[in-house]
Amino acid sequence: MKKMSLAGRQKLFVKNFRHTWQLLLLVSIPLILVFVLNYAAYPGLRMVFMDYKPAKGYDGSEWVGWQTFAKIFKDADFHRALRNSIVFNILGLLVSFPAPIILALILNELRYPRFKKVSQTILYLPHFLSWPIIGSVAYTLFRPTTGLVNVVLRNMGLINQGIPFLTEKTHWAVTYLLIGVWAGMGWGTIIYLAAITGINGELYEAAMIDGAGRWKRMWHITLPGIKGTIVTLLIMNMGRLMGSNFEALKVFDNSQVREYQYQLAIYIYQKGLSGNRFSMSTAVGLFQSLVGLGLVLLADWIAKRLGEEGLF
Amino acid sequence: MSKRVKDREESTAGDGSRAINKFRLSDGIMMLVIVLLCLTCILPFIHVTAKSLSANNYVSSQQVTLWPKGFNLEAYKTVFADHSMTYSMVFSVIVTIVFTFLGLLVCLCAAYPLSKKDLPFKRIITFLLVFPMYFGAGLIPTYLLYNNLNLLDNVWVLILPGIYSAYNMLVMKTYFHSSIPDSLEESAFLDGASYFQIIRYIILPLSKPIIATLGLFYAVGRWNSYGDNLYYIRMRTDLRMLQYKLYLLVSTAQEALSTAQEEGSAVTSTPEVLQAATIMFATVPIIIVYPFLQKYFVKGAMIGSVKG
Repeated sequence: MKKMSLAGRQKLFVKNFRHTWQLLLLVSIPLILVFVLNYAAYPGLRMVFMDYKPAKGYDGSEWVGWQTFAKIFKDADFHRALRNSIVFNILGLLVSFPAPIILALILNELRYPRFKKVSQTILYLPHFLSWPIIGSVAYTLFRPTTGLVNVVLRNMGLINQGIPFLTEKTHWAVTYLLIGVWAGMGWGTIIYLAAITGINGELYEAAMIDGAGRWKRMWHITLPGIKGTIVTLLIMNMGRLMGSNFEALKVFDNSQVREYQYQLAIYIYQKGLSGNRFSMSTAVGLFQSLVGLGLVLLADWIAKRLGEEGLF
Repeated sequence: MSKRVKDREESTAGDGSRAINKFRLSDGIMMLVIVLLCLTCILPFIHVTAKSLSANNYVSSQQVTLWPKGFNLEAYKTVFADHSMTYSMVFSVIVTIVFTFLGLLVCLCAAYPLSKKDLPFKRIITFLLVFPMYFGAGLIPTYLLYNNLNLLDNVWVLILPGIYSAYNMLVMKTYFHSSIPDSLEESAFLDGASYFQIIRYIILPLSKPIIATLGLFYAVGRWNSYGDNLYYIRMRTDLRMLQYKLYLLVSTAQEALSTAQEEGSAVTSTPEVLQAATIMFATVPIIIVYPFLQKYFVKGAMIGSVKG
């Protein structure tokens, strides 16, 4: 195959084509789908350099160069959305990222297989529930006066007035982050538990013979054993530093908490679909995905420099 | 967990069985933590169920915690009598089934050829099929495109954009690589079988586990999401899926909550019992199938993670 002439390669292609046309026919179905529904949308991105007016369309709208970007970087709403996205994602990363690791370590140490199995089944449950369900249940629990949590706390005499878990912005921020941890924690353990299975059992035996206790084994064997997985997932999470979960944010939306709830995903939706500022919304969307992509590449580069296996 | 872990436990039981089998304080603490976390996953739903089965006056006087008081099914009768709710349930089930079927078909059409060495232009096709996962055009360009394609307020907007998923394709491709031996197909080839026949008689029968897993990924994903309803279904109320209707209910209830000083006084939106019954109405389908699908889901997540 090393040095085949062009004619030779063509001949090989023709010979193979007698079978491979079937493969090409099959793969053309998803290709057509992505071309019609994904790639066909990319030219629309040129509106970031336009003052796009729905009535005039792409052809009738005016070209304005970088003005849209100049406008969004001066837009107070954009600043608020950017700040909230970054702050919430960093906080989210700090609490949501370690939670499944710790939980996986605990699950791995559990003694009774049946207990472990049942608790895993239960802990995976939130992953299967939609955000409207999680949101509506959360509202039932956290209402200031009639929510179960407040009722219980009041009956125990711990508080006099209901805590506005979801209707005051600071309380909301904490509740929202914790609900995020709760929803992702169980499911997140799967990948770590799979990685733990791959650790050589002899290491544990040797450590036990040397008298290493449970915590030492966890620290010196289990954690290093899943370090690669942790780094990979950390890289993947870096890319989400700009993005947010639109469906989750939208469910926990109310006028008292918009100061914090207003993140880039909400900005894009509101300016775009509700506010008809199409060019601004698209420019922010583009900014968001480019920064996200850049962050993933950066984190990947750092991981490789540190001697870990990267993503690509 | 795997055999290896069990082996490890058994092999160590001999020499250090005293140290191993003793139930230590740390075991107790860890079990307690797990039990508490599990309770946070279960109790909220028991509470909502209890509320939905209680009489209104017990609920509004906050007497219902985990067991219904003044047991009755009135709220459920109201939910079922609301034709828009039952209609939406049936509609969502149909959309989910069609979506899942087409999704698996498209996934197979992408994953099988890409798992073959002799696919021409393989690198560029792979790139074209994976790239949209990393970089999308964004909400507005997509919205305008769907507008041009007449997909807005059209039932197909709930189906077509999601049926090709790069992630699911990669999971399926990994499965083909790892679990179906090439030799099997080669011998079929020598017997003169076409690729279509190979798929029909060799690949599909051997791929049942991955089809089940990805089918569930597709189904649960479709069932749970409401964002596309919000974006693309603007006028046609008959195209609202169940989770979107639940979203609309939560968002009005919340807005009322945040603007009123004391809920219950100024706001007489939906009685809590009815809200609880509606939540359960939308939740129960998932809870019923959950025990069956959980196993397949975990398998799929593992395959996906191996690929990375």
